[in-house]
This record gives sequence, C-alpha cells and structure tokens, in this order.
Amino acid sequence: MTSIELGRPAKIRRSARSTLTPVSGLGLGIAMLWFSLLVLIPLTAVMVTAVDGGWDTFWAAVTNAQTAAAIRLTVFTAVGVTLVNIVMGPIIAWVLVRDRFPGKAVLEILIDIPFALPTIVAGLVLLSLYGSDSPIGIDIVNQRPAVFVAFLFVTLPFIVRMVQPVLEELDRDVEEAAASLGASRFTTFRRVILPSLTPAIAAGAALSFARGVSEYGSLVLLSGNLPNKTEVTSVRILSSIENDQRASAAAVAAVLLVISLVVIVVLDIIQRRVARRG
Amino acid sequence: MSIEVAGVNKKFGDFVALENVNVTIPTGQLTALLGPSGGGKSTLLRIIAGLETADSGTISINGNDATRLPAQKRNVGFVFQHYAVFKHMTVAKNVAFGLEIRKRPKAEVAARVDELLKLVHLGQFAHRLPSQLSGGQRQRMALARALAVEPQVLLLDEPFGALDAKVRKELRDWLRRLHDEVHVTTVFVTHDQEEALEVADEIVVINEGRVEQVGSPDQLYDEPANNFVMGFLGEVTTLNGRLVRPHDVEVATSPRPEALTGTVSRVLRIGFEVRATVTTEAGDVTTVMTRTHARSLGLESGVQVWLSEAAGATTVPVEPTTTVG
Repeated sequence: MTSIELGRPAKIRRSARSTLTPVSGLGLGIAMLWFSLLVLIPLTAVMVTAVDGGWDTFWAAVTNAQTAAAIRLTVFTAVGVTLVNIVMGPIIAWVLVRDRFPGKAVLEILIDIPFALPTIVAGLVLLSLYGSDSPIGIDIVNQRPAVFVAFLFVTLPFIVRMVQPVLEELDRDVEEAAASLGASRFTTFRRVILPSLTPAIAAGAALSFARGVSEYGSLVLLSGNLPNKTEVTSVRILSSIENDQRASAAAVAAVLLVISLVVIVVLDIIQRRVARRG
Repeated sequence: MSIEVAGVNKKFGDFVALENVNVTIPTGQLTALLGPSGGGKSTLLRIIAGLETADSGTISINGNDATRLPAQKRNVGFVFQHYAVFKHMTVAKNVAFGLEIRKRPKAEVAARVDELLKLVHLGQFAHRLPSQLSGGQRQRMALARALAVEPQVLLLDEPFGALDAKVRKELRDWLRRLHDEVHVTTVFVTHDQEEALEVADEIVVINEGRVEQVGSPDQLYDEPANNFVMGFLGEVTTLNGRLVRPHDVEVATSPRPEALTGTVSRVLRIGFEVRATVTTEAGDVTTVMTRTHARSLGLESGVQVWLSEAAGATTVPVEPTTTVG
C-alpha cells in the first residue's frame, strides 16, 4: 500500500513535465524538423557567418558609422511606429466592431490593403501621394518622415486585425456590470476592457515592430536611401552584399535579430504584467 | 425604498417590448417578474437599472426620479444570467471593484470583501480566478459583487437560468435565506413559475409587454385575474366551460348531480401521481390524483366516470380569445 501511495506523486510529476504519446511524439518530430529547416538552421547560418571573420570584423561592421546610423534609424522608427499603432490600432478596431456606419464593409476591406499590396506597389502609392508632385502639397521624398510613413502604411493592419476578434468576443454584459457598479466609461475601458485586449495588442505590436524592422520595398522609392540620413538596415544589408561584404551584412542581420528578440520578449513581459494587474 | 414604474413604453424597431407598464415594487421585499420568454420582463428590469432607456414613462427609485439617471448613478446592484464576471480579476478583486471605484480606504474594502465572501460562502476562494469556480459559485460571487456597493435595490436577471436543476434549487433556497438576512429590495426575473411561487413575496406577471396581474403567490394562484395567469401559474384543463386545475377535478365512479360523464381513455402513472385523461362529449379533461386514490376508485382505461369541480376549487371562465388550455 505504502509503495503505491509513494509511487503516485512521482507519476503525476512525470505527466506534468510531458504529455507525449508515441503519436504526438511523431507530431513534435515533424514540427521540429520543419521549423529547423525553415528557421533554425538559416538563422544559425547567419549567426555563424556574422562571427566567421572574428569578433573584430563583427564589431567593425556594426560600429561602422553608416551602419550604426542605419540601425538607429530603423529601430527608432520601428519603435515609434509601433507606439502609434498601439494607440491607433485598438481605436480602429473599436470603430469597426462597435459602430455601424455606411461604408463600413468597404473600410473592412481597405484595412487589409497594406497586407495584400506588393510592397513596391505600396511604395509607388506613397510616392504619388507624398512625392515631389504631391497632390496634397506634402513632399517628404528623401527625408526621414518618408521612412516613418512607409512603416506606418505597411504595419497598419497588424494590431487592428489582432484586436478585432477579441473585441467581438467580449461580453457586453461585463461592461454593463461595471457600469451598474458605478464605473465610468473610461474606468470600464481601463480596468475591464483593456486588460482583455492587452495580449492581442502586444502580439500585434510585436508583429508590427518586426515588420517595420524588415521593411524594404515600400520605402526604397520614397526615402531615397541616403546614407546617414534615410538609409535603413535592409537597404544597408543589400548594399553590403552587392559590395561582396557578406560578413558585414550578416553582422547587421545578427544585430537586428537580437533586437527583435528582445522587443518581442519585453512585449510579452509587459503583456503578462498588465493582464494580471487588472 | 420602493420602485415606481409609471406609464413605461419601449419598442425595439417594430417590436413592442413594453406597453404602458405601471408597477409599484414594495420596499424590502423579494419581488418576481414572471412571464414567458420575450414577454418584456428583462427589458423592464434593464430599464429600472438604467441599462436600457424607456421610450416614454418614468422610473423612480426610493422617491427620486431616476428616469434620466445613467446606470452608474442609480446605485442598483445588477446580477446577470451569464454572471458577467471580470475574468482577469480574482474573486476578491471582482467583489472589491465597486468599492475601489468609490475610492474607499483599502482596509475598509478588504474587510467588506471578506464579510461578503463569507456571506456567499466563498471565503476560501478569495484568491481564485472566476474560471476556477463552478457556475453556482460564479453567480454567488456576482451577487456579492452587486451587494458590495450597498445598492438601494438588487436586480437579478434570470439569475439561475444558466445553472442545472439541482444547483438552481439550492441557490433559490439560498437567495430566499440571504434576502431574509440582508433585506434589500430585490427584484428578480424568471420564466419559471415554481421558482417565483417558492421564493417571491410578490409576483408581477408580465406577458406580451403588459402587466397581467400583481399579487402575492397565494393571491395569484387562488384568484388569477385571467386565463393567462391561471394557465401560466400551473396546469389547467377545461371542465364545463371553465378552466380548472386537474387536481381540482373530482372523479366519481357513480352518477352525481351536475357531473359531466365520460370514459377514461388514458391512465399515466408518474411516481406517486396518476394522471387520467377522460373523454367526454365536451372534449378531453385531464385529472390528477394520488396513486392511492386512483387505486381505490379502480381507475383504468374504459371505465365510465363522473367529473365535477372540487369544493373551493379555483376556476376561471374560458375566454374565447385566449389559446391557453
């Protein structure tokens, strides 16, 4: 009897660590193989290339004034754009879910255009609107706002599309309960609705940042790719490769990879904090 | 702290939800709004709470006109059928919500939450999340949350509608006892006549947007105002052109003066109860009696019987326009 009772907790502990059956083990194997071929091995290859020439080469490549400027511009702009999206995304999602107005169906479709449009076409669209012969008199060609606008354009749908389904799922009676307990609209939003939306906002923000950092097609036409001014990292990596500096390109890529990872982890931590605090 | 509803009308598009509703809900009592689904009772409750606005008419709570007051300012506790819990907050945080909004001191909030959780028997669940509670426990938490702000009135919209039969019965008894302890004016919506008859001090019967009758459970059962109330509060059958309850039909096996004769066409036994259908010239009549009584009469299919109203039976003349029966 005693031995059985002693044996039981051990079993429970083992099952808590892993729930794999032979079939699900096979599933995991396939998933890992797929993931390795597509993601892990290429990423490792980039990292290896980056440090291939030794630490000095890596450091020189990254601290090169022009490269550093490109990294700064890309990261800061991506962060700025993500912050704008964190505010605008939920507002647009709210309007799409909660309000009824003529043309709503059209707006629903328009939101996805930045997803569907080839990025170079997006670049053309932006160039015709904000270029030197802009019909609205705004000319940002070859200036930093061009990068910002291009990022904004391509990252627009991310948070909207992440928040929308969550907002649709929210029970209206939860808001009514808060109201009958005396909560103002703002308090209800801050303490009841926002915590429910936070995971979706964080996930959308991570995607939006990653997309911003990686953007190329939509901004090359408008930004002019001026070194130390409007040149972003993706352009910088391309020119490194064109000049046969593979190690330098890989070094920049490695830095971007680390920054993206850090941002995604930080967003996840913030999301957990906010969701728990209520 | 009575609630006065005067001349309230409400339409949703073409659908008339409430039509000239006038009701006074007495202070400190447990009142049921009873009626079939879609009859307007929930709409009336939501209008009292300020979650819906009446097209015309007035609501006053405790003598103050509340017609234009937003839900936030009415100081009513509202309990929803599907609990409406704040999923990301612990049980204690849920209950504390209304108090925290009112910026009460922390120690006071903690003490009050503690007291309320004990009242609803959730003391040991304070730090759980609502998802870790059963349906009945969630509804008790929702009740504690509504009571926390010391509402003038407590409104419950089909509070036990989403629970299974057993829990529902437990919570119903518990609500009655809780009300005897707390004495806050309480209004609850239900479509279950048994629930209303068992729990409420007073029942308001609502059908198709109109109040059919207001009264104590005994009054409604013994003196129904019309066919609808008679039919909604319990089973009815037609005997000599009057609606009568099947257990108020006396069955005799020998001729009696003024009795209607017929043949037993079907006998169904459900536990201690026997239901016999008697086919007469004026149609089928349903009767209900105890198993012992049926046995002593020797009741079975094909037997000729004579039917009459029991002395003191509640009856209502059949109105030609209603379909109840």
